[in-house]
Amino acid sequence: MNTMLMNNINWVGYVDWNVRDFHGYSTDRGATYNAYLVQDEKTALIDSVKAPYVDNLLKNIRSHTDLDKVDYIVVNHAEPDHGGGLSKTVEALPNAVVVCDQKCKDIISGHHDTTGWNFHIVKTGDELSLGKRTLQFIETPMVHWPDSMFTYIPEEKLLFSMDAFGQHYATSARFDDEVSLSTTLEEAKKYYANIVMPFGKMVSKVLDAASGLDIDMIAPSHGVIWRTHLPEILSRYAEWAECKARPKVVIMYDTMWQATEKIAMAMTEGASIEGVETILLNVRASSLTVVATEVLDAAVVAIGTSNLNQNMLPMMAAVLTYLKGLKPVGKSGMAFGSYGWGKGGCEQVDQWINDMKWDTVHEMFKCKFTPDAAVLSEAEKIGKILAEKAGEIAQ
Amino acid sequence: MKRYVCDVCGWVYDPEEGEPGQDIEPGTRFKDLPDDFVCPECGVGKDEFSPED
Repeated sequence: MNTMLMNNINWVGYVDWNVRDFHGYSTDRGATYNAYLVQDEKTALIDSVKAPYVDNLLKNIRSHTDLDKVDYIVVNHAEPDHGGGLSKTVEALPNAVVVCDQKCKDIISGHHDTTGWNFHIVKTGDELSLGKRTLQFIETPMVHWPDSMFTYIPEEKLLFSMDAFGQHYATSARFDDEVSLSTTLEEAKKYYANIVMPFGKMVSKVLDAASGLDIDMIAPSHGVIWRTHLPEILSRYAEWAECKARPKVVIMYDTMWQATEKIAMAMTEGASIEGVETILLNVRASSLTVVATEVLDAAVVAIGTSNLNQNMLPMMAAVLTYLKGLKPVGKSGMAFGSYGWGKGGCEQVDQWINDMKWDTVHEMFKCKFTPDAAVLSEAEKIGKILAEKAGEIAQ
Repeated sequence: MKRYVCDVCGWVYDPEEGEPGQDIEPGTRFKDLPDDFVCPECGVGKDEFSPED
């Protein structure tokens, strides 16, 4: 495996081929935990790995240098997929000082017994000379944890961007030009939608800060390293940060006896007009990960549920709870579904759309029991309205 | 005096309490906080706060 970013800067992380559930995120292509070794007059390890894989990290480090020659462990983010192995890493690197910001130290100390550890606390603008190369630190709070930080090497125009620009994508290739760009961008979008979406405003600020840096290479803490397609990923991030809408309708639903499904199908038929992409998702057949990814760049989201015991169906409640936290902004929505008696499901969805501060693109559309031809015809007409609206919004 | 909520993490700035960690005295209105004030919980800036409902 080629692990060399540039002379004396190597990837020393771990490829987790088989992980499919990353704290609920469906990682269908696996994941990598990227750590990097920068060797100069001083040697710095940038980030660690998930706890079970520290031995792999140490083996990779040993292939470049002795463990007692590592002077610094830079922790850009303390989350357990990077910081989980810190206790064992610190123990194995006897001369290493842990370099991180104050928030990161607080979080590390909440996860590990740090008795005897040497910390060097940094903040934005601080530098650490390794010899010919310098580490510069840029705090990026809430992109995507309070502790998050970038480390930049100006002499190499190399940015270690932690989780930003990352992808859950296990591959033997380490660089963006060694794999399919469409696959990498798809995984980067999925990652953004499921991890970074709530923090769009902070991402915009980080992009502004990064635009002042001369960058030839972005090395994230997951997935492949960007050295060829930087314009593509940076422009995507600028769009995703504002949840920029494409001419796209997402019709998602859960159904008990297929009444809501029939309405969803009819709406999809009506929404299938030229120039607009319409995606139909049965949330009980889709992962939360896929739903969030599809919503990220949708203009219009129609949400359907049956009424079950005066509530929406539980899987739809799970989806809406997940999306509420991810905070997709600027969407237009509508509620639809079927019921037998009483109220609950559709009304809750309608309230949710309101709470999300989305525009209501069409009033709630409810059907008592099974939809007849007239109801389905009406649903088809509504679908067309949704698609036309999506086309207008995305212009 | 109005309380302000961090839009990102939900921490609440209460003017009656100030923010001792950043030497903000009790009685300091939100609009009088210095420009470099950050949310003590998550680290984002003043512009990520909204008045409490």
